[in-house]
Amino acid sequence: MMMFWMAVRLALRSLVRNKVRAMLTVLGILMGVASVVASSAIGAGAKERIESQFASLGVNVLMVWPGASATGGARGAAGSASGLTEDDALALSREVPSLSASAPILSASTQVVSGSRNWSTRVYGSTLDYFRVRAWRTSDGGLFTDADVRTSAKVCVIGETVRRELFGDESALGRTMRVGRMPCTVLGVMESKGQSGFGQDQDDLVIVPLSTFRTRVSHRPGREIGFVMASARDPALMSRAEEGITRLLRQRHRLSGTDESDFTVRNMADVIKSFDEQRAAISLLLLVVASISLLVGGIGVMNIMLVSVTERTREIGIRLSIGARSRDILAQFLIEAVVLASVGGVAGLALGIGASLIVGMTTSWTVKVQPETAILAVAVAGGIGVIFGFFPARRAAKMDPITALRHE
Amino acid sequence: MSEAGEPRPVIEIEKLEKIYSQGEIVHRALRGVSLTINSGEFVGIIGPSGSGKSTLMNAIGCLDTPTRGSYRLAGHDVSGLDADARALVRNRFLGFVFQGFNLLARTSALENVELPLVYRGISQRERHLRAARALALVGLIDRLHNTPAQLSGGQQQRVAIARALVTDPQVLLADEPTGNLDSKTTEDILSLMQLLNRERGLTIVMVTHDPEVARCASRLITVRDGLIERDERVANPRQAVRPVQTEGHAP
Repeated sequence: MMMFWMAVRLALRSLVRNKVRAMLTVLGILMGVASVVASSAIGAGAKERIESQFASLGVNVLMVWPGASATGGARGAAGSASGLTEDDALALSREVPSLSASAPILSASTQVVSGSRNWSTRVYGSTLDYFRVRAWRTSDGGLFTDADVRTSAKVCVIGETVRRELFGDESALGRTMRVGRMPCTVLGVMESKGQSGFGQDQDDLVIVPLSTFRTRVSHRPGREIGFVMASARDPALMSRAEEGITRLLRQRHRLSGTDESDFTVRNMADVIKSFDEQRAAISLLLLVVASISLLVGGIGVMNIMLVSVTERTREIGIRLSIGARSRDILAQFLIEAVVLASVGGVAGLALGIGASLIVGMTTSWTVKVQPETAILAVAVAGGIGVIFGFFPARRAAKMDPITALRHE
Repeated sequence: MSEAGEPRPVIEIEKLEKIYSQGEIVHRALRGVSLTINSGEFVGIIGPSGSGKSTLMNAIGCLDTPTRGSYRLAGHDVSGLDADARALVRNRFLGFVFQGFNLLARTSALENVELPLVYRGISQRERHLRAARALALVGLIDRLHNTPAQLSGGQQQRVAIARALVTDPQVLLADEPTGNLDSKTTEDILSLMQLLNRERGLTIVMVTHDPEVARCASRLITVRDGLIERDERVANPRQAVRPVQTEGHAP
């Protein structure tokens, strides 16, 4: 034990003597550990964000898009040729018992104006089921009514961001704003949901009755809709709800057994899972890069330790002649390599935490430094010291005292 | 430190042979050397280069294993030991002084002298104490924290002697201890060794090629062609001139 601390002290001393060399040597390990720490912090933050997104959207939400799943890409633009109709959505809530609500939705990007202020946002046309599906309440005022939906009333409910941009500190309730070219009355302001896991502001929206959207915003009559958002009565009923939707829509669209569905049902869990998979893939990539960096760092440590052993051949000879056993020499150089690598690891940890915090402060990303990853990264750095320090240390330990003493 | 008292054999070597073979070339560095050295002796080993005196010294110092023959050190058979066991023997029984001082650079005199005790697992406090005592013995009590670069050649060799003495060895092995020193410092180191031999009964084996230096020993062994050519008592060892204590205080 005493020998151990002697060796640590000795190693630190030789490190301080060769500051520049030590710094260059540990650079690889430093970068490796820093990237492990930072990437895991960013990855964990993203995971947490996705999970909170999951919670904010609701675990029981299903989306139905028109078009076969194989076509991929963006779907559901308002007014696009669509296999889904308002009646499909109504039928779903009526005839699929595992669904609690089913909202037909149209949406479009538009300019909203109030007085001299204007703001670019997204406007959604839907029914009251929209609020049920999303389990979303107003924080101020109320929702539009079924009667408003029937009569295409010029009313709207706005998100917190829109309220702030158009009305500032003033109350929005009862005020008139223009959505596109339609003037409408603000009935209520939705509770703030904050930013979503995909970086979008969930409060940046205007919701109008579906009929109002059709006749006064998009000016496209008909029954077609962009997509359906439905909710299962219980998260456990998700797969049954998905089956029910598929069966009913195939029936309504008169598709026979082998025909491909002209719509796609996705539950939010799947959407989030695919995002999570992407995140995991990126994390893995970063981990690979970090591992390569650590490997290069390890080779750097080995290289410098070999140089150090050669430089200090005479010292090794002196130590052997006064009674050091080969295992003492082995321990000395091994500890030196581990100390070197660990210093790199600790510096990398500091850099990684610092980088994570800077990313967290300057971007909208959530970062979460993982204590276990941090400890693991430093431990790995130490382990690299052991692995890559062993060969040089063994070379030192195997020296013959007479030859070593004669070395100039 | 061993007392002068009744002389007893410290080094007993019998028919020691050392053969180096490198492929076809076989070099018999020692060809059957027998030698007994008693406690309290100051033995000088001389001989031309290539005579085998260094090989003999390495064998006595347990830095090397003989090819044949037996070697008993302080009563223990040490001829067949492995590297780690020989390291232990060097640490317990032997003290080394080299021509090139062989101190650790950028390391204080005190720490240099402590080093053999580190490998004995002695606590830091006791190490400090014993190292300081050894340095006091060689007259360097006021140079404890100087590094070799801050010491003169003579002072460095004194530190090396202190390092050799700190473990209370059975034998002090000095390999050309004055080879790197000027004549005045040579006298200084030799008188220190004579003092340690006479007053503390320290057994010393010294290899040198300088007859003037060798004449300070009380027994002179001449090695030639891997054999002991002459082994004689020196009736009247030359007394090294103890210089005035000025060099000891050089920077």
